[in-house]
Amino acid sequence: METSIIIETIIKAIVVLAVFSALAGFTTYIERKVLAYMQRRLGPSNVGPYGLLQLVADGIKLFTKEDFIPQNAARPVFMIAPIITAATAFIAMSAVPFFPEFELFGYVVRPIIADINVGVLFVLGVASVGLYGPLLAGMSSANKWSLLGGARTAIQLLSYEVVSGLALLAPLMLVGSLSLIDINNYQAGGFTSWLVWSQPLAFILFVIAGFAETNRTPFDLLEHEAEIVAGYATEYSGLRWGMFFIGEYANLFTVCFLVSLIFLGGFNDLWFIPGGLAIVLKVMFLIFFFLWTRASWPHIRPDQLMWLCWKILMPLAVINILITGFVMMF
Amino acid sequence: MGLEEFKDRNIGVQNYITVQDDNYPKTNGEVFKQIVKRSLKGELFTGLKITFNMMREALFKGKMHTVQYPAEKLSIGPRYRAVHKLLALLESGENRCIGCGLCEKICISNCIKMDTKIDENSRKEVLEYTINMGRCIFCGYCAEVCPELAIVHGGRYENASEQRAHFALKEDLLTPLDKLHLQKEYEGFGAVSPDADEKIQKTPLQY
Repeated sequence: METSIIIETIIKAIVVLAVFSALAGFTTYIERKVLAYMQRRLGPSNVGPYGLLQLVADGIKLFTKEDFIPQNAARPVFMIAPIITAATAFIAMSAVPFFPEFELFGYVVRPIIADINVGVLFVLGVASVGLYGPLLAGMSSANKWSLLGGARTAIQLLSYEVVSGLALLAPLMLVGSLSLIDINNYQAGGFTSWLVWSQPLAFILFVIAGFAETNRTPFDLLEHEAEIVAGYATEYSGLRWGMFFIGEYANLFTVCFLVSLIFLGGFNDLWFIPGGLAIVLKVMFLIFFFLWTRASWPHIRPDQLMWLCWKILMPLAVINILITGFVMMF
Repeated sequence: MGLEEFKDRNIGVQNYITVQDDNYPKTNGEVFKQIVKRSLKGELFTGLKITFNMMREALFKGKMHTVQYPAEKLSIGPRYRAVHKLLALLESGENRCIGCGLCEKICISNCIKMDTKIDENSRKEVLEYTINMGRCIFCGYCAEVCPELAIVHGGRYENASEQRAHFALKEDLLTPLDKLHLQKEYEGFGAVSPDADEKIQKTPLQY
């Protein structure tokens, strides 16, 4: 019994790692295509059918590039920073249930690596540890642009973390559990029982915080190339830079899965759509939404981010919690 | 707008409109009000709508801007002055050039060189004709001065090569015999491009 669980967990971990590494690469292709179409360009189209092999070409380029470490950089910190980003992004996934249970060769598979009773807390905690990657990278690079990127990481972390935590508090009060599977089962009553209908404000706040957490466009302060070259990643090249990239896209998937699970009904069956397909569709739409905003919206200044998070979003989140509490009490 | 305003040459700042000077929020309350107004007006979604429509039009209505360059090329106007061509007589395929030497004389960067001799019919024959593409400034005087419309500017703008001496010899510039039926008559410097009708747009004063 014990060994079977260990083997199962290892297999699951390998599958998650492989699938999401591949998906992270594929999302870069999708992102380039969607952005291109929104700017009426073609995007990658020459390498392979529809430019699909561009991924492989970029991968080969990244793998064969020189792994460069600047002379004055703090070597061990510089080398370990990308690993923090990539590793925490995948560790956070271990508590996320991706699909409903299904049977494989007569064996019931639960597509979650570790069903812990504080799932949300674990995912959010590990994901914010992931911001140590950019922070340490920026501070160890011995480069002014990197340092600025690192400083921006710190203020971003301080700003959005409060909002995402407080925004999640209200739906968690309704559900009464921190386990993502319990949250999912709470919304099993179909379309109308989705938490987004009872907690619309929390949904909006959490999505905004998710944009900040994944460094997507309205809040992509860390590596905004028009201002600070490439931010914390200025001095990185080759595989280490690729690890930052994979970590960022894996984080994007984690946030999309979190939003679908907590607010959009998770992997419950939707009308005639089976649950496994429903959550894939939701995540796909959310990913598209993230790319869509990147094509549409300008990004904001660091002080505007802090102002927005502390003066607008945090009070709104607190008010939301208060209202939820009073409604639950009376 | 009347005609007098166009004739007024006293150009200053009197016609400038200062944008957003008076409606800038002053107190914190006004800032907050502006934020609420902007958030609830859904301006962000207007931006999303625009990019989505862009994508829809690009994908389904064929409004993609990309020209896939080596595979497809935009037509260039007949006035375009790229690498020269030596045209041939349509009937015989002989060189139109009569060796008068006017182009060599008028060339302001001294890049045209020609060798001639008097042949047995006591006509001038052009032995060699070269244009130094490293010196040519593509002014078009040679094409303008040619009495026989023999040297003209062609549309060949892809002059990447290992040596700049390429394209510059008589064999490169002269229309080959088998391509004679493809030779187009030079329309002259004032000619309009073949798709000129589609390119006509309203001038800013009309809207």
